[in-house]
Amino acid sequence: MSAVLKRLRQRYWSRKLLVPSRARTGLAKLAVRRVGHTFSNEVVALRNVDIDVHSGEFVCLLGPSGCGKSTLLYALAGLVKPSGGHISLDGRDVKGPGPDRMLVFQAPALFPWLTVRQNIVFVLRAKGLRRPEALQRARAFIRRVHLEPFENALPHQLSGGMSMRVALARALAMDPAVLLMDEPFGALDAQTRSHMHELLQSIWMRERKTVVFVTHDIREALVLGDRVVVMAGRPGRVLEDLEVRLPRPRDPDAEELVELSRRIRMLLARAERVSETPPPIAARKEPEHEQADPGAGRVSGRTVPPLGAGL
Amino acid sequence: MDGRLSAAVLRSLSRLAQGYLISATLGIALGMAIARIGWLRSTLRPLVLGLQALPSICWLPLALLWFGLSEKAIIFVVVMGSLLSIAISTEDGVASIDPLLLRASGVLGVRGLRFYVGVLVPGALPGIVTGLKLGWSFAWRALMAGELLFVAGGLGQLLQQGRELLDVAQVMAVMIAIVAVGSVVDQVLFRLFEVRVRRRWGLAEAV
Repeated sequence: MSAVLKRLRQRYWSRKLLVPSRARTGLAKLAVRRVGHTFSNEVVALRNVDIDVHSGEFVCLLGPSGCGKSTLLYALAGLVKPSGGHISLDGRDVKGPGPDRMLVFQAPALFPWLTVRQNIVFVLRAKGLRRPEALQRARAFIRRVHLEPFENALPHQLSGGMSMRVALARALAMDPAVLLMDEPFGALDAQTRSHMHELLQSIWMRERKTVVFVTHDIREALVLGDRVVVMAGRPGRVLEDLEVRLPRPRDPDAEELVELSRRIRMLLARAERVSETPPPIAARKEPEHEQADPGAGRVSGRTVPPLGAGL
Repeated sequence: MDGRLSAAVLRSLSRLAQGYLISATLGIALGMAIARIGWLRSTLRPLVLGLQALPSICWLPLALLWFGLSEKAIIFVVVMGSLLSIAISTEDGVASIDPLLLRASGVLGVRGLRFYVGVLVPGALPGIVTGLKLGWSFAWRALMAGELLFVAGGLGQLLQQGRELLDVAQVMAVMIAIVAVGSVVDQVLFRLFEVRVRRRWGLAEAV
């Protein structure tokens, strides 16, 4: 009996804690309007994506492989030009990659011939800072990720988690308008991953950067995000845009969080069953339908799936 | 004997240094250009690969025709002998840079000269060092061949002299000197440098 009551209570609270995102007034930091993208091999990676990311929000793009979340992130970064729709940052169109939208990849991508400190100083100097300021700033961020004793270590001397922390410090030190992260902890073991969640949470709570974080791990999305945008693939689209109302800092084993992850898992499972029926391939099976749908976009030139996008 | 030997060694080495410096600069520049510029790669790469198969001594007749009986001719032979292998190794070095690193550089806003000098050259350095090592031995061989055929001082000439004077001892002594100089530079200079580069880049095997 108490088990049933417990389940009912959990259901009730989960309804309150995971709600559809409400629209907000004011200029969004990052505006994604009717974005669609089709690769040159005619796979529809994205269809009609409409998202607003507001300043200081932590948005997680959650979905299985092939749902287009990495493609969307790369489009936000400017590495992929979407074949339909447009993306703007602070009102200005996104043209190409740049340090105002820092992208952290799944691999740390550190310069192997530079030490930890030099890696950060190098990119800060590229930004235009003078040496003493760059040095000071680099040291501050190395401290922020708890790597002071390894300031002079070379990347091959660091473990996976440590390299990732350096990559994170480097990205944060650049002070981007938006921080984009493409499954950055995917290659790490579970233990290290939970340490990184704590680290990222604590840094974010201090700085309140605008973050867009791509992951396929439901727990991770709920631990880190203010908003979870659940996506599905074939064709890539947004299923639901949900706001997470759990208090911070979040405990990945808390009952409420587990319940919320169950709800999202069911949502994804349902979408998967619907996707089982093969969808129309762009401009082939249902030409009239596609014409009326500007967000789907036309085949664009010679774009190739970005490095690391699961397909 | 000793006075002449050391003078000859110095003469040979100075020619080598001049030729090698020129070919290193041109070779690295050429290699990087081929690696980065698409149309250049499709036109020049087959040419470079083909010419590389030409033994460096075959450049001597051309050099003598163009530059006459002068220092320039020998240096030309040295340059042509090593230029192409340096270019090819440099191109390999650039091609072997992790593409993710190049993409990250774009995202991090590292562009222009800073990108070339700060990312491409260091990134390709293991390949460049291999090329320089190879180029050195080609240059040394080209120089010796050139000096033997075109008598103009240096170790090659001493070798020839020994032959003309039927002095086996001199011939052998000069051969030993040639091997010694080549080995010293190869083992000491390059080995040291190459090991340090590989260690720093994280390419050294764990000992």
